[in-house]
Amino acid sequence: MGELGAFIILALVTLLPAAAVVTSRNLVRAAMSLVPSFLGVAGLFVLLQAEFVAGIQILIYAGAIAVLILFVIMLTAGGTGTAVRQANEQRVVGGLAAAALTAALLALLLRTAWPLAAGSLPRANVAAVGSAFLTTFVLAFEISSVVLLVSLVGALVIARRER
Amino acid sequence: MSWLWEIFKATLAAVAVFTFLALVGAMLGVYLERKISGWIQSRLGPKHVGPQGILQTVADTVKLLQKENIVPTNADAITFNVAPLMAAVAGLLAWIIIPFGPIFGRVVIVRDINIGLLFFIAMASLIVIAILLGGWSSNNKYALLGGFRSASQMISYEIPLALAVLVPVMMAGTLSTVGIVEAQRGGWLGIGNWFIFGLPGNRWLLIPGALAFLVFFTAATAEVNRVPFDLPEAESELVAGYFSEYTGMRFALFQLGEYAEAFAMAALTTVLFLGGWHGPLLPGVVWFFTKMFALVFVLMWVRWTYPRLRLDQLLHLSWKGLVPLGFVLVLVTGWLLI
Repeated sequence: MGELGAFIILALVTLLPAAAVVTSRNLVRAAMSLVPSFLGVAGLFVLLQAEFVAGIQILIYAGAIAVLILFVIMLTAGGTGTAVRQANEQRVVGGLAAAALTAALLALLLRTAWPLAAGSLPRANVAAVGSAFLTTFVLAFEISSVVLLVSLVGALVIARRER
Repeated sequence: MSWLWEIFKATLAAVAVFTFLALVGAMLGVYLERKISGWIQSRLGPKHVGPQGILQTVADTVKLLQKENIVPTNADAITFNVAPLMAAVAGLLAWIIIPFGPIFGRVVIVRDINIGLLFFIAMASLIVIAILLGGWSSNNKYALLGGFRSASQMISYEIPLALAVLVPVMMAGTLSTVGIVEAQRGGWLGIGNWFIFGLPGNRWLLIPGALAFLVFFTAATAEVNRVPFDLPEAESELVAGYFSEYTGMRFALFQLGEYAEAFAMAALTTVLFLGGWHGPLLPGVVWFFTKMFALVFVLMWVRWTYPRLRLDQLLHLSWKGLVPLGFVLVLVTGWLLI
């Protein structure tokens, strides 16, 4: 009962700002609405007892990515103009693409058998994630670190060239 | 109906923490700041309201409550009104994981969660958004510049902050704040096992422990936008930075958030490096508050002693000093712990 109530509240916290993100004509308000949506998703992670992912979700998405998006909008010329057009002459094509995607996702959702096996969770989530990163998934972990490093160096090179 | 009970408890805890913060954090903080700045500058500080001016902040709060809330004509009203609330709530939520010490055998803490430190850093990063939005929605170039400066500064200093946190986390092997304090129990006079002095069986850890303390405290000072890192609200350049346009209680909410965050950083430094509530003779809670207020005093002492850094000095210190040092500390700690 309590869990259902929490889920409904968190779903509303996630979905209502998400609707504002796509309908708001003001870019900064749209970007700002991402923050409560991200926080709602973090709450859903907590509900699934994935508290480490929830913490990372707040730190990375709400704390870093939302700030990055806001920065980009505020530093772009004309980015903070109050009224941005929501649609252009390609709205029919866009609508068709969206409908096709919705149909495909719905078909996938309805045809997947969702396994509901009872399992036991590790007591210390963080330690389990850490050891999985450095044992089973060490290759993927190292490759993604190298990719991040390369993109960091690339950003520096591009920024230096302007001098 | 256990969940109703949980919600009731959460509401009660929120009210308690908020009252505590408003009283201890903001009111006492402002009073201490004015008194200490007075002493450092050979002045008397507030003197007239109550004995030694101790009720001055109460009078100021009443004054702020009565003031009109002005929204600038071309400001984005919703964002403008939400931003100070976000700052205050994020500053409040950071206190959830601070353990104050045992009273009647139970540790006083709102909730001991097993991702405690991650949660704290996540809440500290939410304040950036509040400041950025407050600065933007004011529709004032000084406020906008202050918001930008604050965001870039806080993002730069979050990295050394997180790296320095990793050192005590590696020593204790947990992210829970109560677990970290428990790992510092015992030793000579109850002081010997503080993480700033390394681990009992491995005294070489004293070096990364003490250096991590310095990195953490410096980054924390920058994170809460205090002098010498107060470029976001540099009066001589930006009027008052991101809260230039705020009046009355909304201004007070930003101040509350700022003081709550500064006190929370002092409390977390105590928990991570100075043994939390452990110490000789006196009860734990007394020790915790003694250490916390000693650190708050250092913050204020630094504020009224040092001049403000330039922006390039600020970024050099973070990216060329603290971040590499933080990485080396994590590496050395890992090597020493094996």
